[in-house]
Amino acid sequence: MTGIISYLVFFTTMASILAIATLGLNLQWGNTGLFNGGVAAFFGAGAYGTLLLGGTSQEDHLGGFELPYVVALAGGMAAAGILAWVVGVLTLRMRRDYLAISTFGMAIVFENVMRNAEWLSGGAKGLRGFERPLRDALGDGFAYNAAFLAVVLVLLFATYRFLQVLVRSPFGRLLRAIREDETAARSLGKSPARVRLTAFVTGSVIMGLAGGLYATFYAFVSPQDVLPTLTFQIWAMLIVGGAGNNRGAVFGAFLIWAAWTASGWLLSRFAPVDAQIYTGSIQYVLIGLVIVGMLLWRPQGLLPERLVISQSGQAPS
Amino acid sequence: MGEPILATRELTRDFNAFRAVDHVSITVNAGSMTGLIGPNGAGKTTLFNAIVGSLKPTSGSVFLDGSDITGLAPEQLFSKGLARTFQIPRPFARMSVLENVMLAPLAQAGERLLGPFLSRGAARRQEREIRERAMEVLDFMTLARLADHPAGKISGGQMKLLELARVLMGDPKVILLDEPAAGVNPTLAGTLIEKIEELNRRGKTFLIIEHDMDFIMRHCNPIIALSEGKVVFEGTAEQAQSNPVLLDAYLGARADG
Ligand SMILES: Nc1ncnc2c1ncn2[C@@H]1O[C@H](COP(=O)(O)OP(=O)(O)OP(=O)(O)O)[C@@H](O)[C@H]1O
Ligand SMILES: [Mg+2]
Repeated sequence: MTGIISYLVFFTTMASILAIATLGLNLQWGNTGLFNGGVAAFFGAGAYGTLLLGGTSQEDHLGGFELPYVVALAGGMAAAGILAWVVGVLTLRMRRDYLAISTFGMAIVFENVMRNAEWLSGGAKGLRGFERPLRDALGDGFAYNAAFLAVVLVLLFATYRFLQVLVRSPFGRLLRAIREDETAARSLGKSPARVRLTAFVTGSVIMGLAGGLYATFYAFVSPQDVLPTLTFQIWAMLIVGGAGNNRGAVFGAFLIWAAWTASGWLLSRFAPVDAQIYTGSIQYVLIGLVIVGMLLWRPQGLLPERLVISQSGQAPS
Repeated sequence: MGEPILATRELTRDFNAFRAVDHVSITVNAGSMTGLIGPNGAGKTTLFNAIVGSLKPTSGSVFLDGSDITGLAPEQLFSKGLARTFQIPRPFARMSVLENVMLAPLAQAGERLLGPFLSRGAARRQEREIRERAMEVLDFMTLARLADHPAGKISGGQMKLLELARVLMGDPKVILLDEPAAGVNPTLAGTLIEKIEELNRRGKTFLIIEHDMDFIMRHCNPIIALSEGKVVFEGTAEQAQSNPVLLDAYLGARADG
């Protein structure tokens, strides 16, 4: 029984963290139409940033600034935001497909830098020696995980509320207009460049928050955590849940994470032993199939975008 | 007739070796309803695009209210009071009709990222005002009952009305309409023309591209004709009807088009 509960806590923590990242992608793609193919890098910037700033001092690489946790997490988010700003200034003028390719390439570069710049990131071994906040008070057991889950849920909810207010505001309206027709938006006096950059950076900061929480949870991050697989997972979550719908993004994150863990478990349990070393690859293929299948069958996702209608001031008939 | 409000001088636009707009100098007087005609491919839309900055002119200049606006971007010109609609409507398809219209007002407090959070009261108040004005404009354009419909799902004619509704939110001085009546059913076209006339009476200046000669002859003065990128006629409806060059250039090309 306790086994099941602690597994559920673990599952919900991971799903919620990924849901935060999916919400960030929804702001970029769902609302603004910006194809970010490098989600893993912004997630990674948040993860590495948090551990570098908040970790204990290390001999073989940078970091160990031992900043208070909240400052470290904010620093991780800022790192993701700065990365997004640089990438955005360079690529947001490009056509949609080029933006996708260049962000994807940037994420590969990011992963390789983390893998090789040992002085910075600990290289392939990753960053260890991070002291999780409040560990003295809560210990390492179930109590800690439950408390951590509570914090993650609060942050998920806060992110959700923030984005809900945002997309229903004139700012959100502007994002959608730019997504729908940039030429028409410009003819109505709107400057897309600055707005797209703002949405790109904000979405990436949210991904950085997810990354920071992820790294905190494991007290560890390595290049394995920022592979393109993560980008595909987050995309699958958004496509399945429903691009343009924040509730859909959260729902999709839980659903795909459940399917991902279940498929991993099933493969390890029932697949022939020789096939088991390919579990990761098989899951990779499965996630691709889910994305393609969804785009063919129900491109708007399970919870499609809802039209913002006139709310209080009903249309006079 | 009022003072010149919009003018081009020797405006030229090339597409590689092809000269789509060729040293065009036209003047639009304040309060007028100026018609722009010409066969398909004459360069009318390209001239619009060069005026509003969607396309950079190859040479020549554009003046609005006496000041040089050559090469300014469309978004800058909208705030200076120069608006345009599109030959093929460009609605924000997956947004409601009302949202399409509410987008247009300039300098909305809530348009900044943290606007909805930091200046919440101001943003809300402004939003309420914008919503009211948007409903008034939709009402005027006979679109009020479609306010909550997705703009991509209304008819082509309604989209033309919607485009005009959108630009009206910016209270422009000069409105360039690219074939407002083309492909619109007669009833809706009637409504549209009536609204354009009424706006014109209230002081808005129009420059209108149209193929519907009946409309042009009846409502526009002066009429300017383009052919192969050049101005081939400028004058009143009566003059147009008896102008051999115009009959040749315009009706000639129409016959085989
Ligand atoms: N972006 C472009 N690149 C190359 N050629 C273009 C471009 N836009 C227009 N043209 C060419 O310039 C010429 C003028 O086109 P334009 O659209 O201005 O004509 P128009 O007078 O508006 O015609 P219509 O009545 O059919 O709308 C045409 O020959 C067209 O093929
Ligand atoms: Mg045209």
